[in-house]
Amino acid sequence: MTSSYDPTRDVPRPARWEVLYRSSGPFWDGVASGKLLLQRCASCARWLTPPRPMCPGCQSREHEWVQSTGRGTVHSFATYRHAPHPAFPAPHSVVLVELEEGPRLVSSLVGIAPENIAVGQAVEVVFTHAADDFTLFQFKPAA
Amino acid sequence: MLDEYRTKSYQAHLRPAVDENLIKDNVAIIGIGQTAFSRNSQRDELDLACEAIKNAVDDAGLSISDIDGLEALTLDRVSMPTLIGSLGIPNLRFTSEVSFGGGGACATVMHAAAAVATGLADYVVCYRSLNEASGHRYGRGDGYAEYLSKAPTLHYGYYFPYGFLTPLAWAGMYARRWMHEYGIKLDNTGWYSLVLREYAQKNPNAIFYGKPMTYQDYLDAPMIVEPLRLFDCCVDTDGAVALVVTTADRARDAKQSPAYIMAAAQSIPIETEIQTSYNRPIVSGLPETWYVGQELYRISGLGPGDIDVAELYDPFSFGGIIQLEELGFCGRGEGVDFCEGGDRIRVDGELPLNTAGGLLSEAYIHGFNLIAEAVRQLRGTATSQVAGAETALVTAGPGLPTSGLILRK
Ligand SMILES: [Zn+2]
Repeated sequence: MTSSYDPTRDVPRPARWEVLYRSSGPFWDGVASGKLLLQRCASCARWLTPPRPMCPGCQSREHEWVQSTGRGTVHSFATYRHAPHPAFPAPHSVVLVELEEGPRLVSSLVGIAPENIAVGQAVEVVFTHAADDFTLFQFKPAA
Repeated sequence: MLDEYRTKSYQAHLRPAVDENLIKDNVAIIGIGQTAFSRNSQRDELDLACEAIKNAVDDAGLSISDIDGLEALTLDRVSMPTLIGSLGIPNLRFTSEVSFGGGGACATVMHAAAAVATGLADYVVCYRSLNEASGHRYGRGDGYAEYLSKAPTLHYGYYFPYGFLTPLAWAGMYARRWMHEYGIKLDNTGWYSLVLREYAQKNPNAIFYGKPMTYQDYLDAPMIVEPLRLFDCCVDTDGAVALVVTTADRARDAKQSPAYIMAAAQSIPIETEIQTSYNRPIVSGLPETWYVGQELYRISGLGPGDIDVAELYDPFSFGGIIQLEELGFCGRGEGVDFCEGGDRIRVDGELPLNTAGGLLSEAYIHGFNLIAEAVRQLRGTATSQVAGAETALVTAGPGLPTSGLILRK
């Protein structure tokens, strides 16, 4: 049994980052090519999640993109019992994954029923084509 | 980890001296007004705003022509010039809007207070008007997704492709982590909601007036977003509330007993998102509420034990319970135990809480109804009156940039 999440439906897209927030472009470009890229300050090595133009720790505008191992644990999760949107029929779980590197990302889990999700569970990233021009990162229980 | 975070992020910074605070004891709320609270007003938000503001001005013993400042949330959909034209305010000299949704509720009073304390205006009205039940509902994802897709807020773009669309789920993420870290059992969390429903039975203006609830009713209600059940959620409401703010000098001539502002504070800690601050060291707490509490206590000179009645912004029961912890009314992870059995938060308990029913059982007017109730408690006119109440603490939306007030008689 898998999550009821169906990425073939017309899901809401991320904000128009190329207009509003250009910092997010490399992140989603990475996802489109099957990589989970994290932004890190080149000066003080602070993780910048979500990506941004300036490091809030040292105000440097220099940063680097580091490929995550894609491994992490479920830090928390919430399960909709009433659908919030036609694209996401209930039950629908959203998870907060804490990556090995430290940053936390909101995502969803594939290959597990909502009632079996647990805080602390090991997960690893997978990439899902949600539409012709849109790829999502999701997670599955670690092997 | 939390203590370290707080020490480094907040306490290292200098804070303004209390004796230079122009608001403390120098400003008061002298008028409160509201409309009926309903599930379907069949009126527009402009109409509701006009009624609430007129009622507040009447309550203060003023006329509309005395008002020279208006203060609202950026979320309010009533056009301010249209409102001014409808009310007939002859010459408005001061306007301001506060961002952050319900987190800005108490901040509107703080900004109005700053305006009157510095002589920019004499009488400022803070208001909130919304058809949240019959119109645009924040709890529904389909309409919200459209709003969020246009919101100039970076982080939402990472969330709604996963159907993470509504405040309840955002709060559920905090709640699950909090339960995990402190071993909180799901079925033990109902006393908070239950006591607020009791208060609503005394308040004819409450949406849930005449609709009592048992603990079993709480448990039997459907899960909306695990771990939150139906009656852990605030009640979508149509209505409006308005407040009149002026200086303590002018307040002496007011028709009503003034509610003086002892302290007002806002907090926007680093890495704060709008209800989704998941990249802070902790997900199980509300650092902005903690900081607001610390500032309110520092400025007022009071501590948690000096608060006679608390009006905590509770979009969800867990949000109210965690605020009890952050504000020092109990220890971390002890909020559920604090509410166990309900006696501590009932009207004769050690901390009477959300005495008109709160956002869960009175109305969801973005917390403005909580400020009005605090004023009633200090006047001695509340429907569940705390005997001899002299101090009241009010908070605004938790889990986002927030604000708070301590008022006194
Ligand atoms: Zn840096």
